[in-house]
Amino acid sequence: MTARGAGAAIEAEGLSRHFGAVKALDDVSFDVRPGELFGFIGPDGAGKTTLFRILTTLQRPDAGSARVLGLDVVKDFWAIRTRVGYMPGRFSLYADLSVEENLRFFASVFGTTLEQGAKLIAPIYEQIAPFKDRRAGALSGGMKQKLALCCALVHTPELLLLDEPTTGVDAVSRREFWDLLEKLRASGLTIVASTPYMDEASRCERVALIQRGKILEIADPRRIGERFDRPLIAVRARERMRLLEALRAHPGAGSVFPFGDVVHYTDARPGGDARAIADAVRQDLAARGIADAEVEIVSPGIEDVFMALMQRRGAEAA
Amino acid sequence: MRILRFLLRKEYLQIFRDHFMVAQMLLLPCIQLAILANAATFEVKGARLVVVDEDRTSSSRGLIDRFVASRRFELVPSPISTRGADDAMLRREAGAILRIPTAFERDLVRARAAQVQLVLNAEDGAAAGVMLGYAQRIIADYAGELATTLPGVSASMAVTRVGQPTLDVRTRGWYNPELDYRFYMVPGILVQLVTMVGTFLTALNIVREKELGTLEQLNVTPVTRGQFIAAKLIPLWSLGLLGLAIGLAVARYAFHVPIRGSVLLVFGTASVYLLAALSVGLLVSTMVETQQQAMFVTFFIVLVYLLMSGLFTPVRSMPTWAQWIAQANPTMHYMEIMRGIMLRGAGLREIARHLAVLAVCAAAVFTLSVRQYAKRVA
Repeated sequence: MTARGAGAAIEAEGLSRHFGAVKALDDVSFDVRPGELFGFIGPDGAGKTTLFRILTTLQRPDAGSARVLGLDVVKDFWAIRTRVGYMPGRFSLYADLSVEENLRFFASVFGTTLEQGAKLIAPIYEQIAPFKDRRAGALSGGMKQKLALCCALVHTPELLLLDEPTTGVDAVSRREFWDLLEKLRASGLTIVASTPYMDEASRCERVALIQRGKILEIADPRRIGERFDRPLIAVRARERMRLLEALRAHPGAGSVFPFGDVVHYTDARPGGDARAIADAVRQDLAARGIADAEVEIVSPGIEDVFMALMQRRGAEAA
Repeated sequence: MRILRFLLRKEYLQIFRDHFMVAQMLLLPCIQLAILANAATFEVKGARLVVVDEDRTSSSRGLIDRFVASRRFELVPSPISTRGADDAMLRREAGAILRIPTAFERDLVRARAAQVQLVLNAEDGAAAGVMLGYAQRIIADYAGELATTLPGVSASMAVTRVGQPTLDVRTRGWYNPELDYRFYMVPGILVQLVTMVGTFLTALNIVREKELGTLEQLNVTPVTRGQFIAAKLIPLWSLGLLGLAIGLAVARYAFHVPIRGSVLLVFGTASVYLLAALSVGLLVSTMVETQQQAMFVTFFIVLVYLLMSGLFTPVRSMPTWAQWIAQANPTMHYMEIMRGIMLRGAGLREIARHLAVLAVCAAAVFTLSVRQYAKRVA
């Protein structure tokens, strides 16, 4: 926890892991500060789960090293296990045991009791306490997830690792879950979570963008947009397919991708004047017969940065 | 140790919470014994017999009467011709044909010996063999009878020549004097029961944790592999013994199968055998990812084990190579041990060799499976 002072919660140096010909992790380095809420964001298959499995000592890296709470993930794996809480993506509970039995079981295998862990999990446990005699298999998705979180926290770990904790959970529960994580972080717990959702990543203090086993960028999600080096234009029109085609045909088009109900457009040349580009796009669209286009200058979010970074990587690779 | 206790408590909690499992544990021994002990018998009752009596004398009718009176054969309304009889066999209306040639009585009187033809449907070789045995006994008995009533007829037709001394063989079936097939089958079925409980439940139980992902969750806790394996095997081991206890009680009180040896020895040897069976289950669980795969692989292994165990066919009548394989089959040794203890009242000394091999098998499979488990999870 914060009391650990100067030492980083996690220090990873050049982590690599292959599965056959597939490089799941390719020279990954990063560090997590004590008390930080750190996020990994990336598409499926980016290597997030492999990374978490290495950090939780379930897998060994082929190359590189990592220290978790100052302990080596290969040599000191035994000590790490008692001090880290882990919630895998497909969180797993005993469906035939009740909520309370699950909690007591996980407390007991860590050599502690539910009562001793009560302080840390109290804000979460009070939400599922009314169902404590219900079988875990009969809980709703959101409730299961909270129970899994309790189980991962019942031995009062110093570091919580969550691998896509909100997959398959409804939007409301997802928001509630991240509220809980922020509460936990406020109490001093270091949290590392991975997610494919951009909105979740923006609740982290820092996020690492990860793709094809490589970290593209580590930044503050609120500041990450500043790294976007060209004006971003959002265009809305009824006929989206035609709009996409028209924008891609626009002279000087950089990236064009659908984003929710709008299309995000950037120019290929960096540093152009936003207003001039917007006007040019509007005129061009009108000329191409899309009369209802609404063109707007917007500030970029994580997704835009991510798309841009991915595209740049793609261009470099090509 | 404390952690092992918690793990064990969780396992027992899960086992007894699963009502289906509990019901299965209690009912399986009863149902299996009831069905298999009665169905898996070599006895042939009421084999359908067609008689082609070309002789039509009192001697030939006498032979037919003896066949009917034995109750082993059931007479099919006779077609006259040999071809009619062959057709009946082909249509499966008859399982045996008895043909008595024209000169039957005359030959008996003149040559003091006569021939009859017995044709058996040997699709099922074992059943045909049994029918042949019955028929030979009936014919021999009749021959003996004729020897006293019909002057000058030798004691056994077509077997002994006139004037030669007849060997009088009296058979006595030791350990199973009434040759009750159930006595032979029930211990084997108990072995099969213990095998099923041991391997299937172990494989499925561990693979289920794998499927659920709880195994992964346990792997990030300070639970060691030794603790995990012990916590899995001990409850299933006790469950196997419980199944055996129920099975033994049913065998003893419902089927009146004797338990001539020590009950303690039965459970002692079962404990050793269960270690082998559970280890096979553990080994399977390290090889597969889903319960479906586990089911399939375990079924295959258990089937081979049982077929090579002497449950249905004696190991001695297998080809030499199969006998060698059977020597490495723990199920075969345990089958021998169970039959020995229950039927012959064998003691520790008599089963020592089988028990020693069994113990070696169990230790070997256990070591292999634990090492395999450790490797996979690392």
